Amino acid sequence: MNDSPLFQLALGFVALSLIAVGGGIAVVPEMNRLAVDVHGWMDDARFAQLFALAQAAPGPNVLVVGLIGWQVAGLKGMLVATLAMTGPAGLIAYGFSRFRRRLAGARWLRLTEAGLVPIAVGLILASGVILGQAAALAPICVALTLGATVFVWRSDRSPLWVLAAGALAGAVFL
Amino acid sequence: MRQGPLPAPAARAALAPMPSLTAFALAYVRIGLIGFGGVNAWARRVLVEERAWITEQQYAEVLGIAQVLPGPNALNVAIQLGERWHGAAGALVGAFALFSGPLLVLVGLALLHDTYGEVKLVQAVLAGTAAAAAGMILGTALKMITKLRPSWPILLMGGLALAGALARLPLPLIVLGLAPFGIAAAWWGARR
Repeated sequence: MNDSPLFQLALGFVALSLIAVGGGIAVVPEMNRLAVDVHGWMDDARFAQLFALAQAAPGPNVLVVGLIGWQVAGLKGMLVATLAMTGPAGLIAYGFSRFRRRLAGARWLRLTEAGLVPIAVGLILASGVILGQAAALAPICVALTLGATVFVWRSDRSPLWVLAAGALAGAVFL
Repeated sequence: MRQGPLPAPAARAALAPMPSLTAFALAYVRIGLIGFGGVNAWARRVLVEERAWITEQQYAEVLGIAQVLPGPNALNVAIQLGERWHGAAGALVGAFALFSGPLLVLVGLALLHDTYGEVKLVQAVLAGTAAAAAGMILGTALKMITKLRPSWPILLMGGLALAGALARLPLPLIVLGLAPFGIAAAWWGARR
């Protein structure tokens, strides 16, 4: 039982989710180690492919764990991996939210929440820069990134426009 | 304890009433399914701009807590907001609504990718979309900064988080290491 792939998936991703402070993407290197080195579920190239696929698809990028599970044990594996990555961590978020209600308005809590805001925004900015660097395959890509930045920053139109423009520009120029 | 002197966001008057469970679920299905290139940017777009259920400041705070808690950030945001508005049912619905649509799409994509993943046009479209998505995330962060009008110590903390992440320091180290200073900065700002 303990050797079954489903059990290994569950155990591995529960542990990962609980150290994923800063977000699921924080533990991608560890995810890679688990899937490639520890269990030999796939090679590096396949892992990179699955990660790129999860990024290209809509929804949380952490869903790459679902794809890893799919690779290991089909649909069952996908569900087990996703539940393991989200269940225990979700319970903690739920517990915190209940706790917060009991403290509603406590000054230290309000200051804590306000104090975490710059870290949240700084990390969003950083992920934009990192993804922009990774996507900068050609000058047109850099122009797309900069154009999209200004559009989303300065306009209230839906960002779907810039994504569609990016897809089109990619098809025409790349 | 009474409420501290933190300024109430000016936009609060413009907030829409609390969403029903159904409206909340539909919003999160939408966030999941249109969430290309980074769900947090889309969650902000839908919750703050489209539906006006929470203010810019409130969203940034929930996201900040979500980063300190373990687990996927977007999930932690959905669960906190669901719990706040509809208790346990809201938390469960938020989590399922966020993940179910994209999971279905991923199954389809995984199957298609095995067949068409090497096609040049597919790769070109993905590359162009990835470049634009990076800009979308940058633009979202800049928009948040513009609207939040941070004090200079808060701005400094944001700059340090950015620098730390670009230096590829481990995220837990950045989040937990900067948190005390961020809180001190917020305290300093509230005193003035």
